[in-house]
Amino acid sequence: MIEIKNLTKKFNRFTALDGLNLSFTNGKSIALIGPNGCGKTTLIKCILGLNVVENGDILVDGKSVKDDYLYRKDIGYMPQIGRYPENMTIEQTIRMIKDTRKISETHLDTELVEDFELEKIYDKKMGNLSGGTTQKVSAVLAFMFDPKIIILDEPTAGLDPLASEILKNKIIKEKNKGKLIIITSHLLSELDDIVSEIVFMNEGKIIVQQSVSELMTDTNSDKISDSIISILKEMKNR
Amino acid sequence: MNKIARFILFDILKNKTVIFYTVLLFIISWSVLGLESNYTKATLSLLNVVLLVIPLVSIVFSTIYVYNSSQFIELLLSQPVPRVKIWFNIFLGLSTALVLAFLIGCGIPILLYSSIETGFSLIIIGILLSVIFTSFAMLSAIISRDRAKGIGISIFIWLFFSIIYDGMLLVLMFQFADYPIEGIMATLAGLNPVGLSRIFVLLQLNISAMLGYSGAVFQQVFGSGGGMGISMLVLLIWATVPFVLSLIKFNRKDL
Repeated sequence: MIEIKNLTKKFNRFTALDGLNLSFTNGKSIALIGPNGCGKTTLIKCILGLNVVENGDILVDGKSVKDDYLYRKDIGYMPQIGRYPENMTIEQTIRMIKDTRKISETHLDTELVEDFELEKIYDKKMGNLSGGTTQKVSAVLAFMFDPKIIILDEPTAGLDPLASEILKNKIIKEKNKGKLIIITSHLLSELDDIVSEIVFMNEGKIIVQQSVSELMTDTNSDKISDSIISILKEMKNR
Repeated sequence: MNKIARFILFDILKNKTVIFYTVLLFIISWSVLGLESNYTKATLSLLNVVLLVIPLVSIVFSTIYVYNSSQFIELLLSQPVPRVKIWFNIFLGLSTALVLAFLIGCGIPILLYSSIETGFSLIIIGILLSVIFTSFAMLSAIISRDRAKGIGISIFIWLFFSIIYDGMLLVLMFQFADYPIEGIMATLAGLNPVGLSRIFVLLQLNISAMLGYSGAVFQQVFGSGGGMGISMLVLLIWATVPFVLSLIKFNRKDL
């Protein structure tokens, strides 16, 4: 459960987020969409504590992100572009994140490691990996600790079709376990089977927050991409 | 040592630049100490190399490393780890790696070809300078988002303490030669970590002829033993202050 209260984030004079009020409840999977530079990544970074929250507040399970860092135990994050220390092997990198989490081996979710067949290339150095393989490592790390909240920033960008299918199935599986999943993506066609709610942002503000079924009946379309396009057209005509 | 710091340490130790740096230091120390039979003279020659090379490599390498690990810092920050711990561990890992490189590159030749009595002050300042300039590097890397600017700031810091500072001091001395400025001069000389390191080693080797004006004044004001204690203290302050400033900045930074 994430509550965002009147969040404003400015970078110098540029306002990235403008008085945002949102709440994400558990068991939903939410798509954050909007044009480039609309504040999606900024919002995610604020939730993760990568950006400092000054005006407004974010509550994760009732705890403010300003108070301490422990709330991040419940969050798994897959960045848009993951870059890791070049000389470390995949195995060492995964072990190091395990160490920071301090969770016993039995509670780890290693399903993705097996599905992506990462064990075969465990001793490859991170610096020599292709973009897609690096993304696989990021995905593994996001799901490994069985977090209650999973945040994915452009998850399928750079993955091959097979890998992105595996990832998609994993996302759906975790969603059905009652986890909160937040995805940003530009590939609208991919969101169809995954997403249950849509948050459309523009210029740091929320334009629409609606469940997918409502949105589709409102716009008379049977695909998320079509309904988003109709919203966009509506905005232009206004 | 914490796991993050150890991770960074091993990452750096495998880095080709650091291996090259260690080998370079080793060859320099070995040739300098091997050519000169007088331990004190040899230590002095080595001192000049150490004073120039250690700060430069420490600050430039650390700055680049901090910039390169920005994504890694983000990854760690999205884990349940406090910011202070991450930043401190990067500092710890970086300075340990550079200190190790120095100890292997210079420490071993000193032990082999010189004696620990003449070499110990050189080893101490090598360690301290590595830490101090890593600390500066953390500060310049956090000041600017732009990598080129950050490295520029680093090189300027090195240039300032290695060359410009002494020049300014010299100009001051000539300008105010008629006034009793020994105390101020000693203090000003003591504020420069590089100059202070030189004085520290010369005080220990007890060669007043080599001290130069600022060193002579320094010895006059603080005495040999006290001078070494005070320089040690000032060097330790130099190692912590830039880092603490960078930590404060890092805590408020948007990544």
